[in-house]
Amino acid sequence: MSGHWESPGFSRREAVKEDVVSLDCYLDNAATTPVAPEVARAMLEAMGVASEHRLIGSFANPSAAYRWGVQASRCVDAARGVVATTLGGQADEVVFTSGGTEANNLAILGLASALRRRGRHLITTEVEHRSVLDACHALEEEGWEVTRLPVDDAGQVQASQVQRALRPDTVLCTLAHVNNEVGTIQPIAEIAQALGTRGPILHVDGVQACGKMPTPYALWGVGLASLSAHKINGPKGVGALWIRAGVRVRPLFHGGGQQGGLRPGTENVPGIVGFRRALELATADATETTRRLREHKLRLWRRLREALPGLAANGPDPEDPVRAAPHILNVCFERCLSGVVRAEVLLHRMEEHGLACSAGSACSARRPAPSHVLVALRLGQGCIGSSLRFSVGLQTATAEIDRAVDIIRTVVSEHAEVAARWSR
Amino acid sequence: MVPLSTREELVIGRYAEIALKGGNRRPFERALVRRVKDQLGERARVEVSGGRVLVHLVPGAALSDATLALCRSFGVVSAQPAVRLLRPVEMSEVASEVIALAQQAIQRGASSFKVAARRADKGFFLNSLELNRVLGAAVAEATGLRVDVHHSDLELEVDVRPDAVFLAGVRVAGPGGLPTGVSGRAVALLSGGIDSPVAAYLAAKRGLALSAVYFHTFPYTGEGARQKVYDLCRRLTVYAGPVRLWVVHFTEIQEAIAELVPEPMRTVVARRMMVRLAEEVARREHAGALITGDSLGQVASQTLEALSAIGEISTLPLLRPLVAWDKTEIVSLARRIDTYSVSIRPFDDCCVLFAPQHPRTRPTRAEAARAEERLDIKTLMASALRKSERLRATPGSLEPLTLQDVR
Repeated sequence: MSGHWESPGFSRREAVKEDVVSLDCYLDNAATTPVAPEVARAMLEAMGVASEHRLIGSFANPSAAYRWGVQASRCVDAARGVVATTLGGQADEVVFTSGGTEANNLAILGLASALRRRGRHLITTEVEHRSVLDACHALEEEGWEVTRLPVDDAGQVQASQVQRALRPDTVLCTLAHVNNEVGTIQPIAEIAQALGTRGPILHVDGVQACGKMPTPYALWGVGLASLSAHKINGPKGVGALWIRAGVRVRPLFHGGGQQGGLRPGTENVPGIVGFRRALELATADATETTRRLREHKLRLWRRLREALPGLAANGPDPEDPVRAAPHILNVCFERCLSGVVRAEVLLHRMEEHGLACSAGSACSARRPAPSHVLVALRLGQGCIGSSLRFSVGLQTATAEIDRAVDIIRTVVSEHAEVAARWSR
Repeated sequence: MVPLSTREELVIGRYAEIALKGGNRRPFERALVRRVKDQLGERARVEVSGGRVLVHLVPGAALSDATLALCRSFGVVSAQPAVRLLRPVEMSEVASEVIALAQQAIQRGASSFKVAARRADKGFFLNSLELNRVLGAAVAEATGLRVDVHHSDLELEVDVRPDAVFLAGVRVAGPGGLPTGVSGRAVALLSGGIDSPVAAYLAAKRGLALSAVYFHTFPYTGEGARQKVYDLCRRLTVYAGPVRLWVVHFTEIQEAIAELVPEPMRTVVARRMMVRLAEEVARREHAGALITGDSLGQVASQTLEALSAIGEISTLPLLRPLVAWDKTEIVSLARRIDTYSVSIRPFDDCCVLFAPQHPRTRPTRAEAARAEERLDIKTLMASALRKSERLRATPGSLEPLTLQDVR
């Protein structure tokens, strides 16, 4: 095949002053991450566009009977193996999805549908991601009972709470390994142990944990685990659900029987290949990855606290390696500034300086309601309205952290200066 | 010359008010034709004939597009799809065309019909009563529509002329009003909320071309708010034609107000500043009026006293099409013109930081003037306008304009 395809043109018609401010410090990695160049290269190859002069077969449909199809299906299987390895499971237990939200929905709704004759009670927490909360709510509307466990001031639930909430008709317990807003690590191993091998299935939303810290869910006795590629420098639109052999899940979609019928539809081969590469990059030296993320986060935290007296961390103590995730820092500016502080105003001021962070989680930042996670931590209204989340990623550099500290300091004093003039 | 095809599709646009306006009639008709042409481009030939707008479709163009274009043009009272068949023509052909027109009408909810035939060519082998009977029976059989000669939903018109047979179907209601631009130009103050685009729509319906102004208060409102106004502008262009949008930098004014104006009066003073700026924009846009979405008594700045204290600033007519509308009425029109879904999109609005806890609901004009005494109005306005951006919105795009006219 010759290179007669025109290169795709990008319309700049709607570009209105959008790119004037360059993104110098990206500290919103819990929302999403940039794709690693190696990942992009692997994906490009899997799309079949590696060469302009020769058609390579890697774009073929994995279900096709010819050799190129078989090769594509081998790529998917190899990626399954890599995902399984990070969880300590088997390759044939992995189903690729369109991302974390679909994985969570497939886990919760799919398992509920398969086990609805055994019982109709499930346990979750007050601090879950919207995809889990809303899937549970959907079941509630169908007559299921949901126990939502409260968390302590650090955002943690204890295994004993889960044990007390157990009922004979409990079929599922679902919670996130790492909270997406404040970074609390839940004691998954202990909870799995408390549930026992014969009890309800444990589903872990591992989207924020995977690639950042050890996630040997299979060894801990977890039944289902959700993952997502774009949080670890992979592409958007691909994720996975690991389903331990023997756990029954009913598919949400119907179609051509791909992936054992659990998630029919032609596999997103480039996405899956990118996911695999991103996982490999993150886990090649897993201890080092965790250490680096933690080092960046602590550098940010320590330097910010030094620069801004009164700054407080929400959720777990950032220094606590057991309860605080290595990459997420949620801080409250209430006591750094006098008068009313609105996190969004600080966020926009930072945006003007080229720093991106988040007020609440990105999925719900556009709704004016206060974050349900911060509410569950029993923080005051003033604190909730003035909290920002900073999250580091694998590509974050030390200089980026130092620049961010400068920007945050400037913004806070800028804001203080303007607000001090306002008469109330 | 393209040979006349034996079959032509067209849509008839009728207008009422234009016809009443004696000497203005020609420019009104021209404005209407221009508006319809703008929407259809190469897909149709548009002309005025016999007090109606005729949209002749180029072969391959969709009749529904032309109907829709007429139904989105202010001034049009109804749009009626029609077919012209050159004679000689077989009766079976006429019947099948009439049936097709009836089927279109069923999609729009018609359940009964009658055929109204005329025979300008008295030599035609069927007279008008026979035509009614023959074609009526064909339509009833083919579509299942009920014949009702007194209260039918649908009148299928058949006109046998010496050269052609002319068939016309359902009349779809247009928006009414006056063609865009014939009343001049006005500047609409858009906030991103539900009311202001509806007000702009209603003003445009009376023949006003639109310019718009949005007051951007970054970082107290984010880029999401600006995007909402962009999207609202684009939806307005569907009816009102291209809209020029000014994004005026309002941050420094808002901050100065927070610093220098007593708290209860801040909302009124901010609104007075907006009117001043909008008037300046109007001057540069050669516009003759301002449009706001005020509805009497809806919020603190919309009491009669507040409207008076804000309105006195304007030397141009300040049009408030929604002044006597209830929220439910506004919402229902917003849904109909498709701005509602954009208006309710959530975004972070931190202007609440500036909203007084206890706003003065019945300010006098003198109080308002006193409250803004300490503001350097001239300098603030000049700076706000200098930092503003100008864009041109059409249904398909939004492009920045040069800053030449801004200076």
